[in-house]
Amino acid sequence: MITFDNCGIYCAQAGIYIDPWKPVAKAIITHAHSDHARAGMGAYMAHEQAVPVMKFRLGDDINVQGLSYNEEVIINGVRISLHPAGHIWGSAQVRLEYKGEVWVVSGDYKLQQDGISTPFEPVKCHSFITESTFGLPVYQFPDVDEVHADINTWWQKNKAEDKNSVLFAYALGKAQRVIQHLDSSIGQIYTHGAIDNINKIYESTVGVLPGTKRIDQSVNRKEIKGAMIIAPPSAMDTPWLRTLQPYRSGICSGWMQLRGTRRRRGTDRGFILSDHADWPQLNTAVQETGAQNVYVTHGYKSIYSRWLQTNYGLNATEVETLYTGEALDDNLDKPGDESVQ
Amino acid sequence: MKAFSELFTNIDETTSTNEKIDALVAYFAKADPQDAIWCVALLSGRRPKRTVKTNELWEWSGELSGLPVWLQAESYHIVGDLAETISLILPKNTSTNDYALHEIIETIAELANKDEPQRKEYITGMWQQLDQQELFVFNKLITGGFRVGVSDKIIIKALAKHYHIDENIVAHRLTGSWEARNNTLTSLLSSESSATDISKPYPFYLAYPLEVAPAELGAVDEWFIERKYDGIRGQVIVRDNTLFAWSRGEDLLTEKFVEFKDLVQSLPNGTVIDGEMLPMKDGAYLPFHVMQTRIGRKNVTKKALQEAPLVMVCYDLLEHNGTDIRHLSLAERRKMLEDLLNAVKTIQPELPLHISPLVNCTTWDEVTAERLRSREYNCEGLMLKRKTSEYKTGRRRGDWWKWKVDPLSIDGVLIYAQRGRGRRADLYTDYTFGVWDGDTLVPFCKAYSGLTDKEMAEADAWIKKHTLEKFGPVRTVTPELVFEIGFEGINPSPRHKSGVALRFPRILRWRKDKATADANTKEDLLTLLKIYTTGTGT
Repeated sequence: MITFDNCGIYCAQAGIYIDPWKPVAKAIITHAHSDHARAGMGAYMAHEQAVPVMKFRLGDDINVQGLSYNEEVIINGVRISLHPAGHIWGSAQVRLEYKGEVWVVSGDYKLQQDGISTPFEPVKCHSFITESTFGLPVYQFPDVDEVHADINTWWQKNKAEDKNSVLFAYALGKAQRVIQHLDSSIGQIYTHGAIDNINKIYESTVGVLPGTKRIDQSVNRKEIKGAMIIAPPSAMDTPWLRTLQPYRSGICSGWMQLRGTRRRRGTDRGFILSDHADWPQLNTAVQETGAQNVYVTHGYKSIYSRWLQTNYGLNATEVETLYTGEALDDNLDKPGDESVQ
Repeated sequence: MKAFSELFTNIDETTSTNEKIDALVAYFAKADPQDAIWCVALLSGRRPKRTVKTNELWEWSGELSGLPVWLQAESYHIVGDLAETISLILPKNTSTNDYALHEIIETIAELANKDEPQRKEYITGMWQQLDQQELFVFNKLITGGFRVGVSDKIIIKALAKHYHIDENIVAHRLTGSWEARNNTLTSLLSSESSATDISKPYPFYLAYPLEVAPAELGAVDEWFIERKYDGIRGQVIVRDNTLFAWSRGEDLLTEKFVEFKDLVQSLPNGTVIDGEMLPMKDGAYLPFHVMQTRIGRKNVTKKALQEAPLVMVCYDLLEHNGTDIRHLSLAERRKMLEDLLNAVKTIQPELPLHISPLVNCTTWDEVTAERLRSREYNCEGLMLKRKTSEYKTGRRRGDWWKWKVDPLSIDGVLIYAQRGRGRRADLYTDYTFGVWDGDTLVPFCKAYSGLTDKEMAEADAWIKKHTLEKFGPVRTVTPELVFEIGFEGINPSPRHKSGVALRFPRILRWRKDKATADANTKEDLLTLLKIYTTGTGT
């Protein structure tokens, strides 16, 4: 029912691709991150919360149909529905059913609750396509509440030393999640323009965030003191950033679990906070689907497939894709990519 | 343990020297005195003996985590650190039990005399109590090697700040061999203990590489120019009719370096000489690979003694007739050193002590020319020392400079890559390079450093996309990338396919402008070997 070809994950019966990386006629998009939602598709289908971001990033004129979770669309006998993936707001797993056979394409997902995204829901299926970004037992993330508290403590400490706190986070997803849990009684939260653009879409689509100020020409840099600034990783080492001195910088990523990555991160602090599933979450997710066939994509895929085969007796297969998972830098492949391409 | 673990976290989380010093000072202020001295011992590389085998650690952590051996191994390859990997895969604990650092270290030491079940009981018992950061520190205590970005300088500054003692004095009192067990910092840093420890060397004065054109250093005649010998920097001490030979790494080498044993009769008590220990035969200093035959071995064979007889090239006199003379000018110290050596060698001409000859130059152009001749003497370059300089502590700018010759270089093709350790963990940063031997590439060296972080990430991504085969942690890659490899020396080596072993190989440049066909050949290496090993007696 589902095949993998050089354009992406394909359902021939419905004539539709999921997260294709080359232009195709019809595409279902699991979420609006750029390695999953690419330009040039004839028609798009995605969760309704993802639609405004896709229009913002891919163009207002794209042909896109928004679906709510659990809403069913039938194409040439294939029943298609979206289910919460918990990765970012508007992220979905795609369930496809044809003649009693069920596949789930999960895109990127996490089981942790971030207070922003609709929590992940397990979907029973015969075949499950999973990412494996953190598919190694050394990735067992700390409690999210503790990390949020650490971020606020760090901000407070920097403020006490008259320093700004700059946190690098993806504009879509991570930024809203981080802002949601900041304690705005500590001080003012500022945003980089790229973050503010997405925040505005979030607020008009999903809900309210703590008050933030966009750093634009009207803001006098001297008034930014002891503040929290949320910026995309691409703002590292830019003149823009230097205007915010003195500051301490931090980055939120699952890769911060490892001391080596922490030490070469190029920022003062690394917080272990990810929108991807860690080892226990991956294992829980796979088991809860009840799937016998598991296709493992981007991440430690050879190791994770072997684990699924030997530990759970599943038919696990590695699949090459062009998804990149969680990157520390906008320009680089993520450090853990196991792929032999 | 919680306090030490917190210290470790605080140090690890900052790159600022001042914040590291502050963290240490805060720790010294509140730590148990017996823990504090262990902290200094561990951070300055005085680690306790290993008493638990790596295999046992894998076996026991496998039992607790329920992970198969292959998965532990994969995890280890990616994390790049045994202690960290185990701390990450063990089940999480919530216990609040705290143990004194020194008690833990002493208990681990005692495991040497315990049988396997007892060792297992203790280690796994602790593994089920400590929190994740403590687990990491605990595993480091078992496996040794505390690398946390704290230099001796930082420790010295922190101790000086906490105890209000001059940094130079702290540095001196921390040198040599001392026991952390049943000891405290207060007693180690007190003047009484220093006075009674007759083995104590002085902290070495080290030079920075020359950063400017030599002409900017002023008049040539204000400087002593010496050759930079390629052996082991060390101090020879005679006090109380006892001899001590220390390396710069503060290993006591008296037993291994038997050639020096007669010095105890020749040199007056209260003598400390700084110099380079290296092998010399038929009037010529031998290259470092010959020296290596003397360092590694516990028992020195007759053969080794004949083939690599050691001498000391004497640079400086630090203690004379029991008086610390480091504050005198180098010109004065050198005069006293010359007089001393002349006196003892008149009686015993065969004594293995040679004054480091001055390279007499009247212009900087002559100095520049002499530097280029360094390899003829099996030397690494020149040392420039201001005649008025006192003997300082640690690496300092201003009065002493090292001016090494440019490295030799050769273009090699990247053929294997392996994941790095520590800061480079989970990145393919350890490379093996090949040179052409006809149509095939033969490996000739490994290099780990020389690329910027950005280049490392770029090479890592490239390697993952151009892997031909995987052998455990090693990948064979498409031979496509050419790198310029720099090295300090070249020596014959029957163990290597290329027939040579390089000294200090590192990557000088990523030659993106070169194709693999432009890389050097095995012939080129052998030619270099011929040029640079003539006249050294090997």
